[in-house]
Amino acid sequence: MKEISLVDLENRFQKKVDSEIRIEPNDWMPEEYRRTLIRQISQHAHSEVVGMLPEGNWITRAPNLRRKAVLLAKVQDEAGHGLYLYSAVETLGADREQTIDDLHSGKAKYSSIFNYPTPTWADMGAIGWLVDGAAIMNQVPLCRCSYGPYARAMVRVCKEESFHQRQGFEIMTVLAQGTPEQKAMAQDALDRFWWPALMMFGPNDDESKHSKQSMKWKIKRFSNDDLRQQFVDVTVPQAKLIGLTIPDPDLKWNEKTGHYEFGEINWDEFWQVVEGNGPCNFDRIKARKDAKEKGMWVRKAASAHAAKRAARKTA
Amino acid sequence: MNSLFEYLLRIGDDSLILGQRLSELCGHGPILEEDIATTNISLDLIGQATNLLTYAAEVENLGRDADNLAFMRIDREYKNVVLVEQPNGDFGDTMMRQFLFDAFRKLFFERLQQSKDFQLAAIAEKSLKETRYHLKHSSEWVIRLGDGTEESHSRVQHSLNTLWRYRAELFFMDEVDNELINKGIAVDLKTFRNEYDSFVSTILNEATLNPPAQNWEFGSGRKGKHSEHLGHLLAEMQYMQRTYPNMEW
Amino acid sequence: MSNSSDWPLWEVFIRSKQGLNHKHVGSLRAPDAQLAIENARDVYTRRSEGISIWVVESNNLFASDPQDSDAFFEPSESKVYRHPTFYDVPDGISHM
Repeated sequence: MKEISLVDLENRFQKKVDSEIRIEPNDWMPEEYRRTLIRQISQHAHSEVVGMLPEGNWITRAPNLRRKAVLLAKVQDEAGHGLYLYSAVETLGADREQTIDDLHSGKAKYSSIFNYPTPTWADMGAIGWLVDGAAIMNQVPLCRCSYGPYARAMVRVCKEESFHQRQGFEIMTVLAQGTPEQKAMAQDALDRFWWPALMMFGPNDDESKHSKQSMKWKIKRFSNDDLRQQFVDVTVPQAKLIGLTIPDPDLKWNEKTGHYEFGEINWDEFWQVVEGNGPCNFDRIKARKDAKEKGMWVRKAASAHAAKRAARKTA
Repeated sequence: MNSLFEYLLRIGDDSLILGQRLSELCGHGPILEEDIATTNISLDLIGQATNLLTYAAEVENLGRDADNLAFMRIDREYKNVVLVEQPNGDFGDTMMRQFLFDAFRKLFFERLQQSKDFQLAAIAEKSLKETRYHLKHSSEWVIRLGDGTEESHSRVQHSLNTLWRYRAELFFMDEVDNELINKGIAVDLKTFRNEYDSFVSTILNEATLNPPAQNWEFGSGRKGKHSEHLGHLLAEMQYMQRTYPNMEW
Repeated sequence: MSNSSDWPLWEVFIRSKQGLNHKHVGSLRAPDAQLAIENARDVYTRRSEGISIWVVESNNLFASDPQDSDAFFEPSESKVYRHPTFYDVPDGISHM
């Protein structure tokens, strides 16, 4: 067999990526590409699963039957999205449980937004509107990611997610048009979630360590700052429309650029939360760890039963 | 007393309270796949509760709606069986509670489909499809856990020991039932008690589990007398409506 | 395996409606085929995406090697005569 040099393989790979041919699980890929994807997709999966918790906090207290069913369905979707993504990670040869253990040990990260508490019902509105809104903005370009299984998982996720943002905005709209108490509740939620939502797009482009390579590999299509700007541009008018105020004194429309200018993000807070010092990091990880540890006997029982059955069949 | 209203509350509250209980588990299941499965069951039950309580409010005709009924009654006015308000406990408790309930509900809805009350019959038909799946899921899990490891066997045997006493209440009947049975609306529960017992014992047998010897039957949820657990469940479920009455959400 | 907490991986195939092939949609973990099918129903058909489900333990799935793809698939590219457009049909002939 003819020896192909690593450089040749890498060139061929890049050519495929450049001509928008999707990379599939058994195709040759640079080790770093594989590692980057495993890291990114598993973090994405963890974010979906940890993201169930802040909203799960309100399922049992949802104010009426319709809201309860919608919220439950939405949080369940997030579990489903986590699964689609873990399924994509496994095509890269990574073990799902190993990546989950990395989450529990603090080695793997997840979206910092889920480390903020949800003390009021209005937070269900703010999360759907802002957090899902920001997530969709991040995820739509990922539907064209160079790695096939990730792109396909994102197509499913985006299709399902379209109702998530709408239900959140609907909650906010109803509150904003409700009693003064309700309106105050909505504004308070916006005040607390606005900046963390902007942080979801990650550090500024010049600070982002994986960005450039990921763009070259077409894992990523737009830079963090571009996506953030796009988010601000579409969200500000939505807030105005329902009579809520964006908590940023520096926010103003720039006629020349056609974009909103906005204030400086508190990056100290961002890094603190990423490093595990946010208000809910401890609770979130503990809840996930407890679920796994307390369910271990169930998993073992099911395996044992399956083995017994198989043995009886062959006997 | 309006018997049909009362009857609808009994069926609807069973769905509502069990759906609420299962919804507590969303995000905390033993494995992601099962988290999704449990939530599906919860969603089905909340959907059933919505249909049944909407109809109940219509029948009552006092200007209340399904949400008023779900969120603004006091504990004595809830007519669910005590079984469904029992805490989730561990996964074995959750599945055993589900199994004892689903086995009843499947047989019940099969018969309720024949009700002369067409709306009730239609709700039963839809609910039956959901319940068949729930029962398949819960009975398979009872078997897996019972005939799994030593630990799972002893855990789920314990679940059975604690929950067994509540199953008899599922067959509670009084003048409400009798009146509606005469009209061809309600199901005579006596007609399928044997079938229930034999189905349950088949599954328990396969699961290598033994029902406890005690056969004391109690439970008075149908009359509004509940365990200590319901009050806490309601405090949580009713929080928003009680704290901010008369608002749209 | 009998005492393991790691459930095997299953590949899931869904028939979205009568008349169409089952199509691969993803994977999941389950201890046995029964639960794999139930979980697939809950994970992959929450929005009525399917009417039939197949599951195959991933271990039992064998794939062609992408390294061989030239040898496997390119020879058929030259067999243009397998396609109807290869043939000339006189004007005026329809339904062929």
